[in-house]
Amino acid sequence: MVAEQTDAGPAPPIKAVPVRHPGRWVGVAVIVVLVAMLVHSFLTNPNFQWDVVGEYLFSDPVLRGLRNTLILTVLAMAIGVVGGVLLAVMRLSPNPVLAGAAAVYIWLFRGTPVITQLIFWNFLAALYPRLGLGIPFGPTFVSVDTNTVISVFAASLLGLGLNEAAYMAEIVRGGIQSVDPGQSEAAGALGLSRTQTLRRIVLPQAMRVIVPPTGNETISMLKTTSLVVVIAYFELTVAVQTIYSRTFQTIPLLIVAALWYLALTSVLSVGQMFIERRFGRGFAIGDR
Amino acid sequence: MAPMVEAQDVHKSFGTTEVLCGVDMVVQPGEVACVIGPSGSGKSTFLRCVNHLERINSGTMRVDGELIGYREANGKLYELRESEIARQRRHIGMVFQRFHLFPHMTAAENVMEGPRTVRRKSRGACRDQATALLDRVGLADKRDAYPNQLSGGQQQRVAIARALAMEPRLMLFDEPTSALDPELVGEVLDVMRGLARDGMTMLVVTHEMGFAREVGDTLVFMDGGRIVESGHPREVLANPREERTKAFLSKVL
Repeated sequence: MVAEQTDAGPAPPIKAVPVRHPGRWVGVAVIVVLVAMLVHSFLTNPNFQWDVVGEYLFSDPVLRGLRNTLILTVLAMAIGVVGGVLLAVMRLSPNPVLAGAAAVYIWLFRGTPVITQLIFWNFLAALYPRLGLGIPFGPTFVSVDTNTVISVFAASLLGLGLNEAAYMAEIVRGGIQSVDPGQSEAAGALGLSRTQTLRRIVLPQAMRVIVPPTGNETISMLKTTSLVVVIAYFELTVAVQTIYSRTFQTIPLLIVAALWYLALTSVLSVGQMFIERRFGRGFAIGDR
Repeated sequence: MAPMVEAQDVHKSFGTTEVLCGVDMVVQPGEVACVIGPSGSGKSTFLRCVNHLERINSGTMRVDGELIGYREANGKLYELRESEIARQRRHIGMVFQRFHLFPHMTAAENVMEGPRTVRRKSRGACRDQATALLDRVGLADKRDAYPNQLSGGQQQRVAIARALAMEPRLMLFDEPTSALDPELVGEVLDVMRGLARDGMTMLVVTHEMGFAREVGDTLVFMDGGRIVESGHPREVLANPREERTKAFLSKVL
C-alpha cells in the first residue's frame, strides 16, 4: 500500500460511527454465562473430588507412567521421523525396486492396526526364537534368544516407531512434492548434487509443510502410547487405570491423566510454533 | 581454441513429440548469441540441453570441448554419474525465466550457496564474494533481504549474481525478462549488457529484440525445432532471408 504524502501533512483520519454488532454481544453473553456455570460446577460439585486429583497428580506411579509416556513418545517419534524421511526419499527414487519397497512398507504398516503390530513384536520369539547375525542363507556367527533382545519396552518402541514411520513417510513425501521443481533445477544448475539439493534446498522448504502434521502426529503419539497396555507395559493412562481399578476413583484419576496430557500438549504446541517460525523465514506474507 | 558451445545434430523428443529436430550451433568464447523464435520452437529446450537439464536423444553437445552428459572411451559412450554432471554444471551458469531463487535464504545466502556447498570455500571468502557480486548487480543494500521482499527485477539480478558466484565460463539465460513488469526489464538487461562488455560468453533465449540487436554478436531464429536462420543481429533483423523469419519479425517488431 502506498500512502500519498502531501506537504500539508497527513490527511485527518475519517471519523465515522462504526457498525454495531448486536448479534456478537448476544453470543458473548451466552458464552460468559455458560463458562461461569461450568467453572462454578467444577469448584462446587464434590463428585470431581479435587482433593483426590491433588493427591495423585504428583504421586509416584503417575510420575513413572508420565516418564514412560515421554520416553516412548520421543523415541517412537524419532524412529518415525528418521524412518519417514528415509522411506519418503526411497518412495520418490527413480529406482522402481526402492520405490516399490517403500510403497509396500507403507501399505503394510498403515494397513494393519497398531495393536496388532505391538503384539506381533512382543511375540516375535514365537516366530523366530533366536535372532542371529551371519551370511544370508549361510552360516550364522552370533545369535541371541529373541526374548532377551525384544523386551516389552523394545517391542513397544518397535511397534509404535515403525508404524509411525509409515505415516511420517507420506507426510514427508507430501512436503517434498510441495516444493517447486524449479528449485531442484536451479540447485542442479549451480552444481549441487542430488543429496546436497535435498538437504540444503528441498527439505528446508518442505519443512514448512511437514511440521504442522508432524505436530499432530506427536500429540497423537502422546496418547497412542497407552496402547502398550496390550503387551503389559505401562505409561500414564495405564498407571491411572491401574489405580482407579483398585480405588474406584475413576473420574478424579482420569482428570489427573487429562491434566498431564494437556500440559504436555501445551508444551509441544509452543515448541511447534517456534519450529514453524524458524522454517517460515522468507515465506511470511507480511514480509514486504 | 575450442568453441564454448558446439551442438551437432541435436535431437530431443518428449514422448512422441519431437521438440528439437537436428540443431547445430557454435558459440565462440566471448560471443553473445541470442536465440529468438515463437513459443514451442524448442529454443528453451535447446538451452536446457546445454547443461543437461534435458537429456538429448541423439547428436552431440560439447561445452568448452567437453562432451556433456557422457564420456567417450574406446569408441563407446558412457553415461556420466550424477556427481560428474554436477561437476560439468559448475562451469555453466543458468538464469531462469522465473528466477528460482531459494526462498528460505537471503539474497547474500543465495549467492553464497554455490561456492559454499559445491566449492566448499570458507564462509568469509563467500561472504566477501557475495557482497562484491551483489554490488556488481546494484543490490549491495539488499544482501539481507529475502526473495519475497524483492521486486522481480531485483530477484532476477540476485539470480544472475548467484550464477556468477560459481565463476562460470558460459552463462545461459532462459527468457530472463519475460516474467518481469515492463518497467523492470531495463535493470536486468543493463546487468546483462555489463556482463557482455566484460567478455562473458552468453547464450540468451529472449524476446528482447533491442537487446539482441545492440548486444548480440549472433542472432539465431528457431522454429519447429530447427534453426531457420542465423547471422549478425542487425543483418537478420533488418533483412531476413527466410519467409518464416520475416513473418515472425513482422509480428514482434
